[in-house]
Amino acid sequence: MSAPVIDVEVEALVVGAGPAGLGLATRLKASGVASVLVVDREAGAGGNPRHCGHPPFGLREFGRVLTGPAYARRLAERAVRAGVAFRLATNVVEIAREGAAIVVTTTGDDGVRRIAARRLALATGVRETPRAARLVSGERPLGVLTTGALQAFVYLHGVAPFRRPLVVGTELVALSSLLTCRKIGAAPVAMVEEQAGPQCWPPFMALPRLLGVPLRYGAKVVDIVGGPRVRRATLAHADGASSEVACDGVLFTGRFTPEASLARAAGLTMDPERGRPVLDAFGRTSDPRIFAASVLDRSVETAGWCWSRGRAIADHVAADLAGRLPPP
Amino acid sequence: MAIADVAIIGAGAVGCAMARRFALEGAKVLVLERGADLLSGASKANSAILHTGFDAPTGSLEHACVQAGYAEYMAIRDGLNLPVLETGAMVVAWSAAEQAALDGVEAQALANGVEDVRRLSAAEIRAREPHLGHGAREALLVPREHVIDPWSPFLAYLLQAKALGAEILFGGDVASARFEGEQWALQTPRGRRRARVVINCAGLYGDLVDRRLLGASAFEIRPRKGQFVVFDKAAASLLRTIVLPVPTERTKGVVLCRTAFGNVLVGPTAEEQQDRDGAATDEAAPRALIARAVEMLPALEGMPVTATYAGLRPATEEKGYRIAATPDRNWITVGGIRSTGMTAALGIARHVYGLYEGMGRSHAPAAAPEIEPMPNLAEHRPRDWSEAGHGGVVCHCELVTRREIERALTGPLPAGDFGGLRRRTRCAMGRCQGFHCLARLAALTEGRFSAPLATPPEAA
Repeated sequence: MSAPVIDVEVEALVVGAGPAGLGLATRLKASGVASVLVVDREAGAGGNPRHCGHPPFGLREFGRVLTGPAYARRLAERAVRAGVAFRLATNVVEIAREGAAIVVTTTGDDGVRRIAARRLALATGVRETPRAARLVSGERPLGVLTTGALQAFVYLHGVAPFRRPLVVGTELVALSSLLTCRKIGAAPVAMVEEQAGPQCWPPFMALPRLLGVPLRYGAKVVDIVGGPRVRRATLAHADGASSEVACDGVLFTGRFTPEASLARAAGLTMDPERGRPVLDAFGRTSDPRIFAASVLDRSVETAGWCWSRGRAIADHVAADLAGRLPPP
Repeated sequence: MAIADVAIIGAGAVGCAMARRFALEGAKVLVLERGADLLSGASKANSAILHTGFDAPTGSLEHACVQAGYAEYMAIRDGLNLPVLETGAMVVAWSAAEQAALDGVEAQALANGVEDVRRLSAAEIRAREPHLGHGAREALLVPREHVIDPWSPFLAYLLQAKALGAEILFGGDVASARFEGEQWALQTPRGRRRARVVINCAGLYGDLVDRRLLGASAFEIRPRKGQFVVFDKAAASLLRTIVLPVPTERTKGVVLCRTAFGNVLVGPTAEEQQDRDGAATDEAAPRALIARAVEMLPALEGMPVTATYAGLRPATEEKGYRIAATPDRNWITVGGIRSTGMTAALGIARHVYGLYEGMGRSHAPAAAPEIEPMPNLAEHRPRDWSEAGHGGVVCHCELVTRREIERALTGPLPAGDFGGLRRRTRCAMGRCQGFHCLARLAALTEGRFSAPLATPPEAA
């Protein structure tokens, strides 16, 4: 590594500039914490809402309905106004302990830097479970992706990864993917759900009907065939029958999982059920100098919920820095 | 167009090593690969273990090629900047019957010239691998079995051949060929080429190429599928040594090892199939592999799975390599090279050059060419992200930089498809499988691949 010296020392370092991280950092600053730095690996602050080009965002925070990107912009502006410092397009590669400080090594275009912080808050968010981790059988053609990737294709780059995808899952995010497909003129060939019923509020399921997307419950993707692109998928149905669906993509939606790789790599005690670090009532991990804004304790949460969760953790971090938190 | 001395059919592990060897010996080399990039067939999926040959059939051609290949890899790897993760391997006996079989494994290792093996008691196993399951009774330690990057060496070999003037044609499936007494006329979708000698390194299609172009094949390929599961990088701290099972007649069995990229790998399965193209995983096999891995290394329980993949090994009706010259037709067949091929490739290439000389052919050797050091993808050595000016990280899970992506898309042998880009950089191969980087990669690769990652939207 080229730059092993510590180049900045802060009171609080926040990893992740999504709604939780921005809520956390802004609140910390407002509570009087002298130096608050946010690092995020993306080039823009805002997290996943940056590429959710549809409403409704911001009711809780701004009292009005915004699209994801507009919402993300507002949250980031508010943090900057509060005096939060940012290092974007910066990846955390290591979390170490040196004396009383947590030392975080990062890399960006300007090389390897090291940040020393009295407290570290992880707000690394969630991602969807991809095909590989679902152990779905078959070949590895182009066109198999998650909703997050689809949104980035469509809203950040304006291109289409497929025309006739099969949509897997019925969580809220699956419905949002139907709208995203419309933006690129893609027509989903079907929407399939392994369970016997929808995984969102049932009236929402009017949307696929409205868009003419056939819906099949109790159906599971058991094979994907194609090369170089997806040609078809095989479904296994609850009654034991199987059927083939011609499609040029398979979109795996939902089954959100915490993005906990940094916590794992930092050696924090993990909760294997929830896939995130074990936390106490104040959001402290097994290293009491490291907090985590866990946003997945129920199912996937709205951006607004993540934002309030970040603010709640901020109060604990600020109290701890002032010596007002009980020992772990 | 000038006549090549040799046409090598197939740019898999063996074909790439072959191209390098013949180019170094001074031959004018032509490589014909049907895929859009190198390592598009059997070679794209293996366990990445650099074998000592301790368990190869004693005195076999495979044994000789593995050991020659191992030695040459170790000799050239520094110059090419190729990694070796020095792990050692343990053949672990989990039952009394397996324990009884260890004597035979040890005797074979000694007979094969691998003399630094030694037995480990249950306590010694525990001391070396504290996370290993308690059922391990005894083991044979093979200190020089190591783990390598399974892709970069072959790119380096082909780059060397190219620097020495080799012509490399991707999308160069040989549709027909005619032997004209002194030379072959080879018809490909990219035009006609001429070569004095043909070397068939077509892997899974070896028998078909022999039959189609030579008229007959001495063997039949029976594709054997191997499925693998890759665990998250957090698992890498749980294991140092490659864990091998006591082998059976049919297969070397399920291996548990670290990868050069900082993950833990378990596999392969061994399933015969007809299809030469489709290396599909099926849900049951990964589940069984995960269960077996957890038995061996209980701390893997609940560990996230990063990827599953499947590869096809070009097995034949016999166990050994099927390498033979047909001198009256200026033809050499290199077939039946299964999982040891990655280690043996350099040794196989030397052996085949010997057969070529036996056909009364020789050249004035060339000086080894200067090529740029290979980009390092191994986690135990400095990666590109550690040097400033990398343009930012594109693939967050594997920390692949924009500079690495751009380098892989340019130069003498740019990636020919998305698979080739993944193998050159590791992009989109991590735990999120492209959730974050796929769209970015689509933009960076726009106009580069015949099968693009994305296309312009249609009017709604």
